[in-house]
Amino acid sequence: MIAFLIKRAANAAFVMLAVALLAFVIFRFFGDPVEMMVNEQATQADRIELRERLGLNDGLITQYTRFVTNAVQGDFGISYRNQQDVMVLIKERFPATFELVLVATVLSLLIGIPLGVATAVYRNSRLANALQLGSIVGVSLPSFVVGILLILGFSVTLGWLPGFGRGETVDIGWWSTGFLTPSGRAALILPSISLSTFQVTLVMRLVRAEMLETLRADYIKFARARGVPTARVQWRHALRNCLMPVITLTGMQIGNLIAFALVTETVFQWPGMGMLFIQAVTFVDIPVMAAYLMIVSFIFVALNTIVDITYAWVDPRLRDDTARAGGANG
Amino acid sequence: MEKVSTRPQTAPAAAPLRDRLAKLRDSDLWYSFRAHPSAIFAVVLLAFVAITAFLAPLITPQNPYDLAALELWNSEIPPIWDAEGQWPYLLGTDTQGRDILSAILYGSRISLIIGFASVLLALSVGLALGLVAGYFGGWIDNVIMRVGDVLLSMPFILIAILITAIASASLPTALKDVLAAPILIFAIAVPSWVQYARTVRASAMVEARKEYVQAARLIRVRAWRIMLHHILPNCMTPIMVAATLNFGLAILSEATLSFLGVGMPPDQPSLGTLIRIGNQYLFSGLWWIVVFPSIQLCLIVLSVNMIGDWLRDALNPKLR
Repeated sequence: MIAFLIKRAANAAFVMLAVALLAFVIFRFFGDPVEMMVNEQATQADRIELRERLGLNDGLITQYTRFVTNAVQGDFGISYRNQQDVMVLIKERFPATFELVLVATVLSLLIGIPLGVATAVYRNSRLANALQLGSIVGVSLPSFVVGILLILGFSVTLGWLPGFGRGETVDIGWWSTGFLTPSGRAALILPSISLSTFQVTLVMRLVRAEMLETLRADYIKFARARGVPTARVQWRHALRNCLMPVITLTGMQIGNLIAFALVTETVFQWPGMGMLFIQAVTFVDIPVMAAYLMIVSFIFVALNTIVDITYAWVDPRLRDDTARAGGANG
Repeated sequence: MEKVSTRPQTAPAAAPLRDRLAKLRDSDLWYSFRAHPSAIFAVVLLAFVAITAFLAPLITPQNPYDLAALELWNSEIPPIWDAEGQWPYLLGTDTQGRDILSAILYGSRISLIIGFASVLLALSVGLALGLVAGYFGGWIDNVIMRVGDVLLSMPFILIAILITAIASASLPTALKDVLAAPILIFAIAVPSWVQYARTVRASAMVEARKEYVQAARLIRVRAWRIMLHHILPNCMTPIMVAATLNFGLAILSEATLSFLGVGMPPDQPSLGTLIRIGNQYLFSGLWWIVVFPSIQLCLIVLSVNMIGDWLRDALNPKLR
């Protein structure tokens, strides 16, 4: 187990170093950092001085090492556009994205699991077929189209819910939350629905597939034979055994949801990390782009690694297999 | 986990067309197709969309790119069934007098071409690298699969955005619009080749150890010939399913990138660009500018996904 742990952690570290290398290359070679930072009145001497101060004259390996060391400590440099510390900018925007992703995840579980169980239990019924077709429609709807249609329906036409912004927020330390005010909660509804559409169908399909498999198992037949009510067998005995893959999927998808939140945030003018990133892309604000790339990848890789380790911990067979195939398969 | 198909190789491709059609008519796939109304519906829908999109210059009332054909007094006309609707603007016009239906058909053409080309690119790169990695193994396998691991450890959409952003930041303005489509094709293909490579590699690793491959090697059949003619046909089934589903994903990604403003420019709009433009008028009551391109995009992706879903079930030996 310890060997596996080390192997998995080393793998994650390697991937993060590669992502950092990518971020470093983008930072260093697309646009001259000095030209991006100085203003027009800067003299040649200022430029040379800044170049020296940024360490851009050192060897590339030294520069990369410094880039990684700084990044590990949360120092991603200064934004070209508004001359602020990148980490401060991201810290300001992180709560908005986190709350959006959290609500979307909870929604996807609350809607996806019952729908998945229903389609498995009432298999081949009209309801199940309709839901199954609905799940293909759900996968095919681009999230920005869902967002636009929700705004058109509920904000523009009906005027029930706000279609942009976060509403009022309350600051708790450096964390700003929208959960504590009515307008903050109302503002969360449409964006989180639009972000969770895809996830709902994913959870639903997974639960359905797992349930169909589980319902065939012997212990389910035995529970029925023992006289346990059908509904109880389905919703307790069978569903419980389907939840592990659902938890895995949810954990691994959080990274994707954070990335996809940038689309939702653009549609709803939601002041999160994704909006920050898209603005950085528009203004070629490379330090912000590099930082966003590294942070999102880090969350992604960390979650995947945790899921893998948990699995190996629960199921020793995976340890051996992965360790043996590790060299080739990762 | 990767699926490994060990079914025997399909018949040589030299048979006359008539025989092949007859074979198709007798096949399980055709039978399954006829038994699934949703698959038939999806194919008909996709064919209709593709034909109208490619015949766009012949059937649309207006060339939406020809600025001389746009008349400002024809702007903001609602769809034809509205009291203020006007012939021939079936779905209305935008704020510059551009016919929405024409723009949609031209836009669909761009979306379909970019989606198809990026799948083709990812497929050829993925198959080639996967075959090489699985057949030769060793350090070359390690390098290819590690690069794949790193690509998979970043969200798909993020890689695509970064590539388009960097490309457009480092290109001169004159080239940017001309190269918009190739950049998008490349940006979408980069994160998607890994899936094909992994599937093929798993098959190639299994096949490379089999006796017929050893025999072929013994009589000095060249490595690329063994890979292309013996190993590749054995893993085409999962690849075809993945390619179909990825075609839908590629169209979605292109639309998302264009919607975010890093894709097709407004003077050669894809469906995503049209939705981006329409989104600006969301709060001003001009709903038709954004709704119709959205519907068209959803219909395209939906039909592709329905075909992919059906194909996956039809080709899955476990479900037969």
